[in-house]
Amino acid sequence: MENFDILVSILGSTVRLSIPLLFTALAGLFSERAGIFDIGLEGKMLAAAFASAVAAYLTGSAWLGLLAGIAISILFSLVHGFASITNRGNQIVSGVALNFVAIGLTVVLGQAWFGQGGRTPQVSGEGRFSPIILPGADAMRDVPIIGPLYANVISGNNILTYMAFLAVPLAWWVLFRTRFGLRLRAVGENPGAVDTAGISVTWMRYRAVIVAGFLCGFSGTYLAIAQSAAFINNMSAGKGYIALAALIFAKWRPVPVMFACLLFGFLDAIANFMQGKSVPLIGEVPVQIFQALPYILTCVLLAGFIGVARAPKAGGVPYVKER
Amino acid sequence: MSLDPSPAPAIELVGIDKKFGPVHANKNINLTIAKGSIHGIIGENGAGKSTLMSIIYGFYQADQGQIRINGKPIVIRDSQAAISNGIGMVHQHFMLVENFTVLENVVLGVEGGALLGRDAARARGELERLQKDYGLEVDLDAIVEDLPVGAQQRVEILKALYRGADILILDEPTGVLTPAEADHLFNVLRVLRDQGKTILLITHKLREIMAITDAVSVMRRGEMVATRATAETTVEELAELMVGRRVLLHVEKGEAKPGPVLLSVKNLTVKDGRGVKMVDNVSFDVRAGEIVGIAGVAGNGQSELLEAIAGIRKPSSGKILIDGQPVAELDAARRRELGLAHIPEDRHHMGLVLKFEEYENSILGYHRDQRYGSGAFLDLEAIRKDAEDKIAKYDIRPPNPRLKTANFSGGNQQKIVVAREIERDPKLLIVGQPTRGVDVGAIEFIHRRIIETRDAGKAVLLVSVELDEIRSLSDRILVMFAGKIVGEKTSEAGEQTLGLMMAGIAA
Repeated sequence: MENFDILVSILGSTVRLSIPLLFTALAGLFSERAGIFDIGLEGKMLAAAFASAVAAYLTGSAWLGLLAGIAISILFSLVHGFASITNRGNQIVSGVALNFVAIGLTVVLGQAWFGQGGRTPQVSGEGRFSPIILPGADAMRDVPIIGPLYANVISGNNILTYMAFLAVPLAWWVLFRTRFGLRLRAVGENPGAVDTAGISVTWMRYRAVIVAGFLCGFSGTYLAIAQSAAFINNMSAGKGYIALAALIFAKWRPVPVMFACLLFGFLDAIANFMQGKSVPLIGEVPVQIFQALPYILTCVLLAGFIGVARAPKAGGVPYVKER
Repeated sequence: MSLDPSPAPAIELVGIDKKFGPVHANKNINLTIAKGSIHGIIGENGAGKSTLMSIIYGFYQADQGQIRINGKPIVIRDSQAAISNGIGMVHQHFMLVENFTVLENVVLGVEGGALLGRDAARARGELERLQKDYGLEVDLDAIVEDLPVGAQQRVEILKALYRGADILILDEPTGVLTPAEADHLFNVLRVLRDQGKTILLITHKLREIMAITDAVSVMRRGEMVATRATAETTVEELAELMVGRRVLLHVEKGEAKPGPVLLSVKNLTVKDGRGVKMVDNVSFDVRAGEIVGIAGVAGNGQSELLEAIAGIRKPSSGKILIDGQPVAELDAARRRELGLAHIPEDRHHMGLVLKFEEYENSILGYHRDQRYGSGAFLDLEAIRKDAEDKIAKYDIRPPNPRLKTANFSGGNQQKIVVAREIERDPKLLIVGQPTRGVDVGAIEFIHRRIIETRDAGKAVLLVSVELDEIRSLSDRILVMFAGKIVGEKTSEAGEQTLGLMMAGIAA
């Protein structure tokens, strides 16, 4: 029974650790399906985390924090759009630049406003998204197997977690069942076809990056005021890049994106759990080995284990009307 | 109004004028296209045909002039406006989303509501009706990239018809089609015309114009130079109108005066990456002052033979001698120093770097030459001067050595390669597909240059899949089939004789 408790606790933290990845990867999905590479996911997440922490601290409302996070993240998206859609700049350069801006600006502003070395003050109560106990969680607790899973993995998460999992079918539905999704996917494959059909390529791509900004707002907010209670320097810590890897691993499809994010979350949870524990037959392994697992997996996967990943054909290419 | 015996023309262009910077692409174009006809627009590459069509389809705005559709003057600001005026376009490079289904491609932009499901059934019904009416069979649920090119083109036509097009513009529609697919397309076009649609066919292939159109207009250097009823004109007249002077569709050349052997190939065998023999124990000589043509259906080893001689592909056995010297151990650059020049089969893949400016391409492969610089440095002044001389001599248009090579038409790009290789004054010229994708005027020009090279006492080896080209240029013809040379004929050999040999039936 003890092993089962360990499993439940690892699964619980798997879910919690994969949420920021999931929102971010879905953000990347919309942007890249429309042909705009988004290496700036990391920066958007970080900027949103900072904005939500500040807004939640000042207003005491987590929802206003979320709103601020979304707003700043969309603003970053618009800058990326202006550089890469309107001015046809290099999308990678624009994204990397935004990442640097986010890393620098959050610390500078944090220090200037709060004087805590770039951290923001702790928020509590209504300023955070707290765990929600689903009905019957306590009653179920004693049911073998299902009980602990329901009480500790499915119940007891904050509202953003549930929203993340709802966002997966929603993203699928939008991309594959609506006119907006059809045009968005078309513009990432052959913008010429969209243009000759009389649809504005520019406006279509702007809408896609705005959706990406919107979703990154959620992931940043989750980091700052759901998983933690304040903004900390560089708290996204590469999650934006891992999300990008998950997106490629999932070959730009919504449901596989969810499983890829859960896999990376699971590896993260294992790393946390193995801290200071010994592995049977090997003995104590430095925790860094486990912490490195997600990154090693990323390298292995991207090195070709996923088979041929067919990226959106017009990805990264600014649209220029041909003569 | 329905009693009007002569309805207003489908399209009337009045004084259309368009400039791109210094390039005057369309000069005061007037054109009338009758309703329910197939009207051809013919002209060399760069004559302004595509620009004119783009103006009708709303991709560009004319600087001056008026467009009338069915007698009514209209302004076409964008493609959307063209579509709503009943104009549909089938682009040379298809505007299709390759990983979408046929149905998704057709409805893109005219989906109906915000959700896809509800309107799909209605669209399907409408498309099935269009397919039946016009013989445009294609599986609506197939993924476009799985379809053959001919079927993809039918999807483009369906797209236009589904948007209510009464006027259909087809830009070089047969360039990517096999002959059988082209015949199928022509049948579809005839059905469309008979049902009252108006069709504008842009092409530079004279044969197509004669086969399918009711009337034909000729463009040259941005001007509309003539309009003829197809039944009342000839291929010769159209060629002359296109180029602006008499064109010899058949090259005239004198007797060959063969001299010493300059290229000798002995028992040459070349294998491809999988170890399959592409060239199988081939031997032949090419003498100074003669053109030896290698005929064959594409893929019978001609490309590999050419590459082995040029030094790009390593033979597995056999000997190659250039001017008596064995070259097996020499790379392409050393062979060039021995007097070899090579016009490769695919100018985009091997002949040119499209992103380079013209003058850079004009010395590609010869950049080590003393004339173009010393040591690590290039003498840009000398190179540009040299490029300008070649541009003048070969009539490369536009005459601008600083223009990006990709912006030249196919014929002019080919002339850049031909000028570079022939102006080296080589002993031995090897040529692959010299006129693939090149317009009539440039074909004649390139053919004449090749013959002049022969007459100057050089040895020429010509590989082409165009039997007409082989027959009109070669002094001797070798036929290749399945990697072997199956026979040698003179240029008097009939098309049928050679055709049977190329198919591996007769020797």
